[in-house]
Amino acid sequence: MSYQVNEKGYYGDFGGAYIPEMLYPNVEELRTQYLDIMNDPSFKEEFDQLLKDYVGRPSPLYFAKRLSEKHNTKVYLKREDLNHTGAHKVNNTIGQILVAKKLGKNRIIAETGAGQHGVATATVCALMGIQCIVYMGEIDIKRQAPNVARMKMLGAEVRPAKSGSRTLKDATNEAIRDWINNPVDTHYIIGSAIGPHPYPDMVTRFQSVISEEIKWQLKEKEGREHPDYVVACIGGGSNAAGTYYHFLDEPKVGIIAVEAAGKGVDSGESAATSQLGKEGIIHGCKTLLMQTPDGQITEPYSISAGLDYPGVGPLHSHLYRSGRGEFYSVTDDDAMAAGLELSQLEGIIPAIETSHALAIFNDKKFKPDDVVVISLSGRGDKDLNTYIDYFKL
Amino acid sequence: MKNRINQKLAENKKLLSIYFTAGYPNLDDTVGVIQDLEKSGVDMIEIGLPFSDPLADGPTIQESSTAALKNGMTTNVLFEQLQDIRKTVEIPLIIMGYFNPMMQYGIEAFCAKCQEIGIDGLIIPDLPVAEYHEHYQETFEKYGLINVFLITPQTSDERIRFIDDVSNGFIYMVSSASTTGAKNTFGDVQQAYFERIESLQLKNPQIVGFGISNNETFTQATQTAKGAIIGSAFIKHLTNEGIGTIEKFVKTIR
Repeated sequence: MSYQVNEKGYYGDFGGAYIPEMLYPNVEELRTQYLDIMNDPSFKEEFDQLLKDYVGRPSPLYFAKRLSEKHNTKVYLKREDLNHTGAHKVNNTIGQILVAKKLGKNRIIAETGAGQHGVATATVCALMGIQCIVYMGEIDIKRQAPNVARMKMLGAEVRPAKSGSRTLKDATNEAIRDWINNPVDTHYIIGSAIGPHPYPDMVTRFQSVISEEIKWQLKEKEGREHPDYVVACIGGGSNAAGTYYHFLDEPKVGIIAVEAAGKGVDSGESAATSQLGKEGIIHGCKTLLMQTPDGQITEPYSISAGLDYPGVGPLHSHLYRSGRGEFYSVTDDDAMAAGLELSQLEGIIPAIETSHALAIFNDKKFKPDDVVVISLSGRGDKDLNTYIDYFKL
Repeated sequence: MKNRINQKLAENKKLLSIYFTAGYPNLDDTVGVIQDLEKSGVDMIEIGLPFSDPLADGPTIQESSTAALKNGMTTNVLFEQLQDIRKTVEIPLIIMGYFNPMMQYGIEAFCAKCQEIGIDGLIIPDLPVAEYHEHYQETFEKYGLINVFLITPQTSDERIRFIDDVSNGFIYMVSSASTTGAKNTFGDVQQAYFERIESLQLKNPQIVGFGISNNETFTQATQTAKGAIIGSAFIKHLTNEGIGTIEKFVKTIR
């Protein structure tokens, strides 16, 4: 079983490029060039340098002593929250802005839900002096005011997506429409491991620095490169893809994905795509997605704005269907409790997305000598208002 | 029997084709709109199967799709509405929609139902030609359906040749790099594009869409092409004037 994308852009049954002809030249240009660009030594050098000096990599692999004692296993946290801009998202935007430059593009568009990817995109555009337009659902703009202000301060234009449900999926639609209308000068920086081939693979490769570092960091700390489990939360699935990447072909490393159950998988307010989704087409790829029996894409729900996407990246659909990944779903309440627990046991306030991964201990019992690496994908500053409301702080 | 689309294309005239969203402005308007369009002298109709996330469409068609879905339009409802359509309507009918709702219905079941009702072809903007060729062409042809592909000013000659090979009806020439309803006039770029396509001497005739809204753009587009498709401008007419004056709209075009 292969977990790499094949030459047609598929992971098993999932992936491909289901795009209107208007997008074909843009996507084809990227498809034929992304690997050559990424493998070019000068590109690698610039990418690595920026990750080191600008993002602050390598991010620490931290042995969480008190959390480990509490759950009677060995827990390491991969500290993506310590990256510049506060999450793993910047690994991908640094990579893609360099690709855009190589392709000669002078205008960047992006979609954002909670605003983390929008901020990470606005940041790299400021860094490179390139025009940046971020599409964001009208409802999310109201919910995520601090991130909207950050993007504006960084010089980006934030355009409200007013169609459909006016959230992340509609912001993605609007970004795709912008790309259709601006086919020559514009690069679209997709923020997750979704979209038409080659996006899922390209984003996964840029995020794979996470598992690359885990290997040598764990070797230093435990004398072995391979943990027993890697755990990550999944919305579209970019931090998860990066956390799993270098362990996909190591069957002894268990792969654990945690989705947002919202108010409960069967409550009608959930984002647990592997449980509720069916095979379909969303934003240019064939994957599992939440939809009506009639094939209309439905609006998911999670307390975490970064996880309420109705689909999941095609790699993850493949991990689910093939059985390579263990999938769990965690409710709002359990995630919030896990976020509070980490704050008080380790002094780290996680993003609510990340809190879902931290709630894995409710569902999965690990052995005392298991080495469990959890991707601490983002920090909780952006979620303070939600934590305040929830815990009446 | 020869497909109605091919018969229509063989006629010695420029063709006017109209797109509208099924179930818009009201759920039960679908059949009446089709009948009125035929009576008004329209040559071919694209019936839009609404989708929640229409990537290739501008605001006008998006809004009509959202409204139609709210009205209760579904694939099953559309097929029920069209069940007896061939008792009253003779011109070619094409269903235009995104791939996901068709996948969920089941591609073979969808094609079989189209044949049973008397649908002549499909336009599926997000089903790429290579995917169609490899996985679906046999099924579409088994049920006598013509699948129509889009080309744009950015499409290479080589790719247009491939699309021409796979096609057996007409080629949908998108007038400019845009979503539907975005542009109102044609400039030198479009003219050069129309002439480039004409010079390729394709086996399939071409029908121009996107940006056709009035007599001027219709005339310009059909100088080199076999016909033109109007979508957003007609939806706007339905939104502003209702379904009572369809003939008036059509008469302003030609």
